[in-house]
Amino acid sequence: MPSLGADMDTGKLVEWLVAPGDSVTQGTVMAVVETQKGAIEIEIFEAGEVVDLVAQVGQTLPVGALLARIGTAGEAGGGGDREPNAVASRRPPEPARGRVPETDLPAPAKPAPAKPAPAKPAPAKPAPAKPATAKPATAKPATAASAPAGEAVLSSPAARTLAAEAKISLASITGSGPSGAVLLSDVERHLAAGASPVSETPEAGRPTARKGLDMVEMRRAIAAAMTRANRDIPHYYLCHEIDLQAAQDRLATLNIERTPDRRLLMGALLIRATVRALAKVPELNGRHEGDAYVPSGLIHCGLAVAIRGGGLIAPAILDAADMDPDTLMEAMRDIVARTRAGRLRNSELTRGTITVSSLGETGVDALFGVIYPPQVALVGFGAPRLKPVVHDGAVTPRLAVTVSLAADHRVSDGRRGALFLAEISRLLQDPELP
Amino acid sequence: MTRNDILAGLVAELIDVAPDLDPAALGENDHLQDDLGLDSMDFLNLISRLHKRFGLPIPESDYPRLATLAKAVAYLEKEQAG
Repeated sequence: MPSLGADMDTGKLVEWLVAPGDSVTQGTVMAVVETQKGAIEIEIFEAGEVVDLVAQVGQTLPVGALLARIGTAGEAGGGGDREPNAVASRRPPEPARGRVPETDLPAPAKPAPAKPAPAKPAPAKPAPAKPATAKPATAKPATAASAPAGEAVLSSPAARTLAAEAKISLASITGSGPSGAVLLSDVERHLAAGASPVSETPEAGRPTARKGLDMVEMRRAIAAAMTRANRDIPHYYLCHEIDLQAAQDRLATLNIERTPDRRLLMGALLIRATVRALAKVPELNGRHEGDAYVPSGLIHCGLAVAIRGGGLIAPAILDAADMDPDTLMEAMRDIVARTRAGRLRNSELTRGTITVSSLGETGVDALFGVIYPPQVALVGFGAPRLKPVVHDGAVTPRLAVTVSLAADHRVSDGRRGALFLAEISRLLQDPELP
Repeated sequence: MTRNDILAGLVAELIDVAPDLDPAALGENDHLQDDLGLDSMDFLNLISRLHKRFGLPIPESDYPRLATLAKAVAYLEKEQAG
C-alpha cells in the first residue's frame, strides 16, 4: 500500500486491474485504492510480471502493507521483489487467512522520488503512518471513518452484529482474538469506553461532498499535513502585486477566436509563469525528506483543487516544465475533473515538487499558503481584480493580482524568493503568452 | 424551445459539471460562482457544454449575462431567438 502523502496511513483496496501473469510496465495502473482523497489509481514504477495478488478487494490496509508481488525481468517467481515500487514490497507475503502481513520495512511507503535518493520515510515523528508494533492494521482508529462495519476485519459473528447495531466500525476496534480478530467482548469494551466521536458518527450523518470522498477523513488528513508543515518547516512569506492587464488583453484576444472548449483561463497563464520562473530560482522546486533537501530536475506542479463544500486536494501536473499554455490548460482541466470525481493516480499525489494555490475570480486579494510537505515552496495567487495602478506615469484601472510565496527557510531565503516573484511578474508582462 | 426546455437543459449541463449539486435545491437567482461554488474552470466547462447544446458562440464578454440560472436562461432564450 503506497503512501499517497504524509497524511495517509491506510487505504482500502477496491479493485484489481491486473491478474497474476499479466505483464506490467512503468506506469501501468495496477489497482484502485480508496483513500480520503477519493479513489486513487495505483501505478507501478517498474516493469515485470504479476506473480501474486496478495491483498483482497475490500481490505483496508496500512501504508506499507503488501499488495502484490511483481517478478522483475530476469527473476523468477517471487524473486521479483525489488523494493522501490509502490505495489510490491520486499517482504514475502504471509497472508494469515487473508490478512495482511504487518510491515516492518524501513521505508515501504516512500513516495517515488524524482531521483534515486536513499529511501527516506516521511519524517515519521508523531504524525504519520506505520505503527512499529505488530498491531493488526485493521484495528487502527484511522480506518474507522472509512471502513464500513464488517468489512475485511476479522471478527466473530456476534461482534459484527453488535457493532452493526451500535453503528460503529469494526475497524475502529482493537481485536483481542486470534490474529487480532474482533470479538464480542472487544466490541462491548469499546462501547463501554465510549467510542470515539469519529467512529460513532453514522456514515449517513457525515458531511460528504460526493461519493468516494469522506470529508471528515479529508479534513483530518489536511490537518495532519498542515500540522506537520507548521511543525517542521520554518516558513517565510513574501508577496507582490502584479499587473495582469497585458496578460488579460492577450488572453481576451486569443479567446475571442476560440470556441469555449479551447479557451484559456488566466489560471493557466499564472501556472505557466510560475513554472517558468523556477528556472531562475530552481531551489524552490524539490522535496525536503528526512534531513535532506533534494532539488528536482523535473517540475511536478501541484495544483490546490478546492472541493465544493470544503476540502482540498493538491495533485501534481507531472513534468509541467515544457508545457505550453494550451497543454497546461488541458492538463489542468483534466486533473481538476479527476480530483473532483475522485480518480487520481498515486504519482500525481506523491510526486509534487511545488504547489500553486489560486483563489480564482471570486476570491479575496491575497492567499498566504502553508507549504505541502515535503515540498519547500507554495505559490498563492489572490483573485485578480481591477485596481488603481500607476501605468505609464498615470493612475489607471488595470487588472492586478497579488502573488505570495511561502517558502522553506531550510532551503532558501527571502532574497531568492523575491527574485522568484519578480520573475513571475516579469514573465506575465510579456505581451506574448508567458 | 420553451423557457422550461432551456432551463431543463441548463440544469442538466450544470449537474454534469458539478455532480454534487442537488438539482432540487437550486434557486433561479443563485449566483453560479458565489452561491453554487463553481470556480472559473467549472464555469468554463459549463459554457463549453452550453455552447455545444445550444449551438451558441457565447463569447467571454457575455459571461456576466450568465451569472445566475435566471440570467442564463434569459440569455440563451434571447440568443437562440435572435
